[in-house]
Amino acid sequence: MSTYAQKKGFGATLWDYLTTVDHKKIAILYLIAGGFFFVVGGLEAVFIRIQLAVPNNDFVSAGLFNEIITMHGTTMIFLAAMPLVFAFMNAVMPLQIGARDVAFPFVNALGFWLFFFGGVFLNLSWFFDGAPDAGWTSYASLAMASKGHGVDFYVLGLQISGLGTLIGGINFLVTIINMRAPGMTYMRMPLFTWTTFVTSALILFAFPPLTVGLVLMMFDRMFGSNFFVTTMGGNTVIWEHLFWIFGHPEVYILILPAFGIFSEIFPMFSRKRLFGYSSMVFATVLIGFLGFMVWAHHMFTTGLGPVANAIFAVATMAIGVPTGIKIFNWLFTIWGGSVKFTTPMHWALAFIPSFLAGGVTGVMLAAAAADYQYHDTYFVVAHFHYVIVGGVVFAIFAGTHLYWPKMFGTMLNETLGKITFWLFFIGFHMTFFIQHFLGLWGMPRRVFTYLPGQGFETSNLISSIGAVFMSLAVIVMLYNIIMTSVKNVKVGNDPWGDGRTLEWALPSPPPFYNFKQLPLVRGLDAYWLEKMEGKKGMTPAEPLGDIHMPNSSFLPFVIAFGLFVAAFGALFNMDDKAWSVPVIIIGLLITFGAMFLRSVKDDHGFHIHKEELMEDDNDKGVKA
Amino acid sequence: MHAEEKLTHETWPAEPEKSTLEAKNKFLGFWFFLGGETVLFASLFATYLALKDKVPDTTHTLAKDLFDLPLTFVATMLLLTSSLTSVYAMYHMKNFNAKKMNLWLILTLLLGAAFLALEVYEFSHYVHEYHHTFTSSAFGSAFYTLVGFHGAHVAFGLLWITTLIVRNYNRGLDLYNAPKFYVASLYWHFIDVVWVFIFTVVYLMGMVG
Amino acid sequence: MANSQLNSGNPRVDIEYRRKKSAEEMKQQVVSFALMIFLTLIAFAAVAMKGASAWFVVPFILLLAAVQVVFQLYYFMHMKHKGHEAPSMFLYSGLLVGLITILAFTTIIWW
Repeated sequence: MSTYAQKKGFGATLWDYLTTVDHKKIAILYLIAGGFFFVVGGLEAVFIRIQLAVPNNDFVSAGLFNEIITMHGTTMIFLAAMPLVFAFMNAVMPLQIGARDVAFPFVNALGFWLFFFGGVFLNLSWFFDGAPDAGWTSYASLAMASKGHGVDFYVLGLQISGLGTLIGGINFLVTIINMRAPGMTYMRMPLFTWTTFVTSALILFAFPPLTVGLVLMMFDRMFGSNFFVTTMGGNTVIWEHLFWIFGHPEVYILILPAFGIFSEIFPMFSRKRLFGYSSMVFATVLIGFLGFMVWAHHMFTTGLGPVANAIFAVATMAIGVPTGIKIFNWLFTIWGGSVKFTTPMHWALAFIPSFLAGGVTGVMLAAAAADYQYHDTYFVVAHFHYVIVGGVVFAIFAGTHLYWPKMFGTMLNETLGKITFWLFFIGFHMTFFIQHFLGLWGMPRRVFTYLPGQGFETSNLISSIGAVFMSLAVIVMLYNIIMTSVKNVKVGNDPWGDGRTLEWALPSPPPFYNFKQLPLVRGLDAYWLEKMEGKKGMTPAEPLGDIHMPNSSFLPFVIAFGLFVAAFGALFNMDDKAWSVPVIIIGLLITFGAMFLRSVKDDHGFHIHKEELMEDDNDKGVKA
Repeated sequence: MHAEEKLTHETWPAEPEKSTLEAKNKFLGFWFFLGGETVLFASLFATYLALKDKVPDTTHTLAKDLFDLPLTFVATMLLLTSSLTSVYAMYHMKNFNAKKMNLWLILTLLLGAAFLALEVYEFSHYVHEYHHTFTSSAFGSAFYTLVGFHGAHVAFGLLWITTLIVRNYNRGLDLYNAPKFYVASLYWHFIDVVWVFIFTVVYLMGMVG
Repeated sequence: MANSQLNSGNPRVDIEYRRKKSAEEMKQQVVSFALMIFLTLIAFAAVAMKGASAWFVVPFILLLAAVQVVFQLYYFMHMKHKGHEAPSMFLYSGLLVGLITILAFTTIIWW
């Protein structure tokens, strides 16, 4: 929050955030909204663990349990992990490449509001006769039979938020290609920028199949079509394919930015450049490519036949190679470095063994013949929590501590940060390690309870106690955030002292135009290079001149809101409600009207003049 | 160079669609969007191919009895020609001739509208003559979804280009609106690309059996 | 803002040169349009002639469609021009993902 915002009242600040197109403020919006949904999804996880702590428990009913597991998965993937990753991409990537903003600031804001309204819509299902209950994969054979409106909320909510993600991905791609500072060649880009780039490409190609799948399900459930109705010639396997053609790249969409964050942390706190930079880039691209060739490994037991299973098994195992390259590069980066054990570094060091464990079980699951045994057991649950929590969530915690000063201008408390880490680390392994064995012993996933005397009691109890530790960790971190925000001790450009990339050359938080003069980039780790030569900051690549900035706009909010309204109409269409069609039309009119307004109203943005920039300098007492 | 600046024949750049940073971003972003659309339509094609001729019982019409060669041919010619007229429009855009550009764009719109009208007639023909509807079979659902998605793209293109023409009719070309016309024409060509595959895969292959 | 304007110092000469170049390009585009129409005619004719076997006609008309789309992309959408490296890379990546999807849906959906 810049000094600029603090002078304003609450209403003005709220309006500022509702209309902002500044990537740094949008990052904060993503962080808040994603953090909120993370807590919601976390509470759902806690309810799951309470229910399963003891056999024959009746904490929740079977139906409610199905709703909770569905919403836990959906919320965590689409509404927590993705937006939190997007928060860091928005906050950091433009700074890392030396840009003043993203390529399409308006679209950036629109992407956020679409995600936000989609997420709110999905969660409103709790208040309208029931949440979705067909699992986060929402297989058509289950989803078509689901009573009530839960699955409809799922379909429409994800459609809206998916649209936001898609346009966000295009935005990042164009930004990285067109808006790099002078000298910032592709092979000088920080690894987090590289992973943002590959992730965005994956989003571009992975989200359309999801869009199509959701459209088909929407048509089937709300408008009487027969894609998944077998008696009319339909086929439910179509949904499985479309979902996983999206769903598998989706897990790489989550993990690649996590790799990017850790690839920033290791060199920073080992005070040593990243080992094997070009092989890291290569591995990232290769993982992105292979990510599209392996989706059917989620469907080995569907009965695709031995040929298809064999092809997808081999392709899946091939992903172990580039991932292995990365693991070794991180280890060699630490090797011989002067390691500083900061909170982000704690997470990064813990990430390697945790994620590796998830990777190893991944290769086990990729063996198609063996998968018949593991499928739909707790072994799978353990596997994907090891990669997603051990990889993505660790990275989100690490990134939160690492970039907090850059986003808010104040450091999170390191001691509390380390307490958060140890609580979470212990809790995580306690909850999920034992689940490997539960799976191998035969406990199926997605069951709402189990009987005593089957050997599941102790292990489930241990697992549930682990969840308590993780909850405590999150509470400690929230306390940390509140305390540091209240104290609000301002920090300088490079609070960690070891910043290597361009974002650490800027004030914390950066001014709204980021760079007064675009910096000249002379190599990888641009800021580190300058520091090593004894310079205070970057050499400018251009004379001080007017800066062109985009105008704020309320239209992104309106466009997203229109779809939110239309979704309610579509949802109740299957009940033959008289008002449903008018509501669809009104919603679409709001959306298209706002788009039309955007189209016909010229928006040339405004210029910050040279003189104002120089005054800024005098105010702050000249900081380069 | 500011986007809103008034330009003359002399100062009009060779590539007005890419002569400011905003324009370059728009150009690239739109191409990427088309990359995503490629996957979107491929998924719809895949679904159609999986569900082609999948009907609940033998009374339902199948692809080989449904389609009509002359009708498809006329529709194809209309859309292909509209692609050429939008090429002409961009030719005049590059030559800084707003009047002629608008003329060719209006021609494009007319051809597009004719195509859409033909499609509406075609659909109602199938519904009334063959009882081949959106809800009658999985084949019907897949057919109307694929071809209808394309039709919706045509309709959106018509609205978009109309808005552009009306908005910019009195102010001529500048570097702010030239990229908008350019990406709209890219979109229109892309619709045509999709149609080439629709008439081949859905109609022609449907008639072959 | 980089401006890829062709420059000889004399604006008049530049305009003449550019006009001529666009006119040439327009000619190419008209020729490719004629070819596209021709390919379409062949495709329709191949189907209208009832004699030919489906094993020949289907790959043949798919090939014609592919050729026609190449014209559309490279001439009408200017992909043959410089500055289309990123667009072509992403278009072909999208095409690859799409074709794999189609391959899967035509082989392992029903069995």
